[in-house]
Amino acid sequence: MSRRVVGPFNRVEGDLEVHLEITGDRVREAWVVSPLYRGFEQILHGKDPRDALVYTPRICGICSVSQSVAAAMALADTQGVTMPPNGEAAVNLILANENVADHLTHFYLFFMPDFAREVYAGESWHAPVAERFKAVSGTAARQVLPARADFMHLMGLLAGKWPHTLAIQPGGTTRSVEVQERMRIGSILFGFRRFLESVLFGDTLETLLALDSLEALRAWAARHPWEHSDFCRFLHIADALQLEELGQGNGAFMSYGVYASRGSRLFDRGVWRDYALSPLDPELISEDLSHSWMSHREAPKHPYEGVTVPDADAQDGYTWCKAPRLDGHVVEVGALARQVVDGHPLIRDLVRHSGGNVRNRVIARLLEIARVVIAMEGWAAQLKPGEPCCHHAPLPEEAMGCGMIEAARGSLGHWLKIRNGRILNYQIISPTTWNFSPRDARGTPGSLEQALIGAPVRPGEKDPVAVQHIVRSFDPCMVCTVH
Amino acid sequence: MTSTLLWLQSGGCGGCSLSLLCAESPDVLTALEAAGIRLLWHPSLSEASGDEFRDLLQQIRAGDIPLDILCLEGAVIRGPSGSGRFHMMAGTGLPMMKWVDELAHLAQYVVAVGSCAAYGGITAGGGNPSDACGLQYDGTGKTGLLGEAFRARSTLPVVNISGCPTHPNWVTETLMQIATGEFTEKDIDTLGRPRSYADHLVHHGCPRNEFYEFKASAEKTSDLGCLMEHMGCLGTQAHADCNTRLWNGEGSCLRGGYACINCTAPGFEEPGHGFSDTPKLAGIPLGLPTDMPKAWFVALASLSKAATPKRLKENAVSDHIRVSPGYRPRKRS
Repeated sequence: MSRRVVGPFNRVEGDLEVHLEITGDRVREAWVVSPLYRGFEQILHGKDPRDALVYTPRICGICSVSQSVAAAMALADTQGVTMPPNGEAAVNLILANENVADHLTHFYLFFMPDFAREVYAGESWHAPVAERFKAVSGTAARQVLPARADFMHLMGLLAGKWPHTLAIQPGGTTRSVEVQERMRIGSILFGFRRFLESVLFGDTLETLLALDSLEALRAWAARHPWEHSDFCRFLHIADALQLEELGQGNGAFMSYGVYASRGSRLFDRGVWRDYALSPLDPELISEDLSHSWMSHREAPKHPYEGVTVPDADAQDGYTWCKAPRLDGHVVEVGALARQVVDGHPLIRDLVRHSGGNVRNRVIARLLEIARVVIAMEGWAAQLKPGEPCCHHAPLPEEAMGCGMIEAARGSLGHWLKIRNGRILNYQIISPTTWNFSPRDARGTPGSLEQALIGAPVRPGEKDPVAVQHIVRSFDPCMVCTVH
Repeated sequence: MTSTLLWLQSGGCGGCSLSLLCAESPDVLTALEAAGIRLLWHPSLSEASGDEFRDLLQQIRAGDIPLDILCLEGAVIRGPSGSGRFHMMAGTGLPMMKWVDELAHLAQYVVAVGSCAAYGGITAGGGNPSDACGLQYDGTGKTGLLGEAFRARSTLPVVNISGCPTHPNWVTETLMQIATGEFTEKDIDTLGRPRSYADHLVHHGCPRNEFYEFKASAEKTSDLGCLMEHMGCLGTQAHADCNTRLWNGEGSCLRGGYACINCTAPGFEEPGHGFSDTPKLAGIPLGLPTDMPKAWFVALASLSKAATPKRLKENAVSDHIRVSPGYRPRKRS
């Protein structure tokens, strides 16, 4: 048995360290360490509530808009203000732009380069995969960066810039849309769809979304040579390395739901556990501090009552991350959770066969790109030049409110209390706080800690490649995790 | 000739790197290649993790790999109590501030990417719970990690590419200038910022300039008018070329409909009032346009307010153009 410290992990957002206990050729136990604390919840204390729109996006440069939207929704909740249809469509477009760009960045720049590693030099697929996905020098990055930048011109049009826009407000957006912008948005989406269909998928988005089972996905892949598209390349590698056996989650998934439009959500809210869907009760969310470098460790608290006071010497602490739990249970969040909760047939079938794992997390993310881009085309068509984009309402002196949405990486919540017109308490639970949480008072490890158990370690490996795949399959955002 | 570049991240959001990925014509990887910059390591882009990365650091320490450019993104984290334990660099058991201090003294050029690394930035907001500071500066004073006397091996002080986030081209163009060996102390302003962008004001090229000229002001978010009088805009004082260079194709804060918060300046994170409010004395904004005498501003403002055309008055408080510009047919003589 040996203990090993693995890190830094790059190609994740922010800094991350993992401690492993290894027996023979397997990981027996894991502890996930978030090594950076900045203290946004402390910074926000006493501020003008509206200033949350400046501070919270700056928690994270990759989920910046998600943080904006959660903050704006929490403020809107305290004000009782709703958005006009144009505001709703514009916010959805801006949020979708970030989420889809993040999925793309994750697949091409963060996740796939690990298959170009020398450790796979003996595999039949290695040479072409290394040429395509090698970090920095691969051909894929040179193709995807311009496509991503073109796609993000939507931000220039609707949000001024990315990251860290102030365009998203409780009552809508600051930027009204004229007819010429509506035309431009349509053409940007058309160009991005063409990139997805020719480079990423090698088929139409609609064909991809019509695949309703693992069998149908396999049959689709079998119709093409494995180098037909980047998705085909991934499926080929996933089969060769049996990525469905890596990084097994505990089978419980949660989604807050996202993209509200005309009274319903594009992706539904709920919990998927024991192969069944149940409604989500936000009152059952709490944060446990028993293994965090935090003081005030009484019983786990709902985020409205949450306290953030760091203590680098806290007993049993091993990370700055808190441990969020739903009714005391660990749940996995992210694209896989979102799609299984929403009920996409392919994702439900994948989870029924093999649960949460490296392969399924990646497939769900790519499938979600297709679903969201089609939805974006719809929202763009709904924009009505000349109609208002923003409602206005005064801010209350005393109130509480929450904003619960889905960022690219999963469920993101802001809980806000206002007293005397100032922020009394602001608590944030980010997607990777859920996935990379430490143990709780009962000793139950977080999602990644569980997923790493049983990971294979090759002879002589210092930073096991399987561990790298598992960690990155969650698309962690460490700067959000602790904030 | 190639230059080596090591990029580290500490107390920040990673947004300057993500912004850099939006670089266009060419993309960031091609731009670095064109400049002859060899990326030793970047946290979002490189393959090497864990042990491979620690090996690289050892080789730099031993002088086996020369370090031409060290970039830090994110603030230096000194807390708690000066220990730096709020950011221990993963896998190394050492505070990141120790690594940054050591590597800065080995580098030819030290570059702070973003306002956090330059001055402390957002991470130093509120009561500055993590005791964050910049590489050379802590706010406006040169009391950051490296201090006033620090010079990189090239003899240059820290180059502060401030901004929250940085525009991709501010970073690529500064790195290119450095790689050519042409970058000198004359190329930075009094706060260490590259003059290539910091000699401009956000006000230059502002699409609301006509509203500004006539003091036709917005009164609520989404209004088209000038954002200076009521909405907290600091564009007339902020050093940056955001409205002439543009972001993500066609954007900028002002084009997006919201105020400039002067994110390239030290201390922008604590304006002392709400970011979207304009503090005033006797109805006159406290922060006047850069280099403008107060008496002139007051005189011109009252004059131009008196002369504001109906078109601007109405459009300023609307989210769409209500009144189109007039057309006056040329008189034939």
